[in-house]
Amino acid sequence: MSEITQEQVTHLANLARIALTPEEIVSLTSELGSIMDHVATVTEVATPDVPATSHPIPLQNVFRDDVVGQTLTAEEALAGAPDHDGSRFRVTAILGEEQ
Amino acid sequence: MAKLMDYDRALELFEPVLGFEVHIELSTKTKMFSDAPNYFGGEPNTNITPVDLGLPGSLPVVNGQAVRYAISLGLALGCSIAPTSRFARKNYFYPDLAKNYQISQSDEPIAFAGSVEVELPNGRMFTVPIERAHMEEDAGKLTHVGGATGRIQGAEYSLVDYNRAGVPLVEIVTDIIYGAEADAPELAKAYVSTIRDIVVGLGISEARMERGNLRCDANISLRRRTPEGEPPAPLGTRTETKNVNSLRSVERAIRYEIQRQAAILDDGGTITQETRHWHEDTGQTSAGRPKSDADDYRYFPEPDLLPVVPSAELIEELRAALPEAPAIRRRRLKAEWNFTDLEFQDLTNSGLVNEVIETVAAGAAPAAARKWWTGEIARTANAQGVDATTLVTPLQVAQLVALVDAGTLTDRLARQVLEGVIAGEGTPQQVVDARGLAVVSDDGALIAAIDEALQSQPDVLAKIRDGKVQAAGAVIGAVMKAMKGQADAARVRELVLERATALPE
Repeated sequence: MSEITQEQVTHLANLARIALTPEEIVSLTSELGSIMDHVATVTEVATPDVPATSHPIPLQNVFRDDVVGQTLTAEEALAGAPDHDGSRFRVTAILGEEQ
Repeated sequence: MAKLMDYDRALELFEPVLGFEVHIELSTKTKMFSDAPNYFGGEPNTNITPVDLGLPGSLPVVNGQAVRYAISLGLALGCSIAPTSRFARKNYFYPDLAKNYQISQSDEPIAFAGSVEVELPNGRMFTVPIERAHMEEDAGKLTHVGGATGRIQGAEYSLVDYNRAGVPLVEIVTDIIYGAEADAPELAKAYVSTIRDIVVGLGISEARMERGNLRCDANISLRRRTPEGEPPAPLGTRTETKNVNSLRSVERAIRYEIQRQAAILDDGGTITQETRHWHEDTGQTSAGRPKSDADDYRYFPEPDLLPVVPSAELIEELRAALPEAPAIRRRRLKAEWNFTDLEFQDLTNSGLVNEVIETVAAGAAPAAARKWWTGEIARTANAQGVDATTLVTPLQVAQLVALVDAGTLTDRLARQVLEGVIAGEGTPQQVVDARGLAVVSDDGALIAAIDEALQSQPDVLAKIRDGKVQAAGAVIGAVMKAMKGQADAARVRELVLERATALPE
């Protein structure tokens, strides 16, 4: 059984901005543990000479030419915005800063 | 206002330990992962595609040119290029990126393990170790509205323009830098300046700090010195100063943080690990965000993008096309031009090295080219508040120098010609013709003027004949005046002495 703690679940929920009730934290802790165990069966067949895979299809170097294409208009861009000032998205002031 | 320790005293007690993260915006035509124009001026939210907005169903595709630029930069930094590098998602919630993650590179950057040679103003050479250079995308621009003048604190809401979102960046991360000692502020400035020279030399970025094309985050900590024979003290807690938007600020911010941290530590306090914001107006830093949970970015390989596996041929092609490294180029030019340290330093500081190179290539002597660019042209540019390179071309300066060399112009006349060229009156030769500024080199005209001046000042003539040659000054002055300054004073002097003996008593 993987050691997933309630603290870890709470931390992850906080990072993912998901509000969880105390009951949900208890049940998710147990469920995440089971999922981890299930995924861990991979380690039984993985040997050090098998590199980690980040993509299921063995492709590489798929590049685009540096040529400008079609852009959205500001109107199109803002069409799905919950709020805007006519040219820019309007969001709640968030205490924090750019990364 | 934070308490500051005297800088020299701080250096006696502590060793500054540095680290820099420099972000370079690449000057590709399109963004890193979308074909939107890489241009973030203009109307908000117009240079964007669904990819830049993170709209459902949109998929990023890597800009091949940005990869080439990143490899070139990695090579110029003396880095190894990763045989395989991957993109990763850096997860965080902030409205400057609509996807809620930034595509970056984590443990498999395109370039790693390099070094940059930096020359300090005192002539000291310093090797800055480079840990890595990786590719990522820039974020959108937030404008905080309400509260105090655009600052986050007290803002009522924020407006987001995603034109900059997705602009290709290379982030250059140094290893921990030891040994800068009292030169730490100058090293910081010289390092950023060298990085700027490198990317400008490669032609991969506009590298204008004031526009945010090149941004520096400066990490600094202090380590208490221990008596000889004792083990070194552990590294101190570091702060990361952001928002340093000029070379001068980089230097000042480092000096300030050394003095601030030293005062806290010497009072028995502790440094908080945090980001700090540099304020250009007050010359101080203020506390920003403490490092916390928010730094858990949960990186994982970007499933929408494939690995970058540059071929050896591509790497060698880009390596062969690298320009000379700035430090090596400076040393070569200084030797070729036979400039003193001070002369070369002046030229470097003026930012007109390339203009002098082109002026020399157009035929001027290096000393003359330097004199005109860092002298009269720089002064005029300064007075007009414009960039010297916008006033005249290197070819025009070379033509001006040629006219002086040929004896057509004296330095004084050449300054008037330069003024005409700057005013848009044409080439130096055209200004000479139009303004009638050429030196009177016709000895006949000079001799006539000299004879007249000598005869009208018989007392001076007598003195010269008695061997008091310094008396000739009065006659030379009169002749220069008669020639409206358009004569070579040395030639006039020669002729005055000749005529003084040749004239009948």
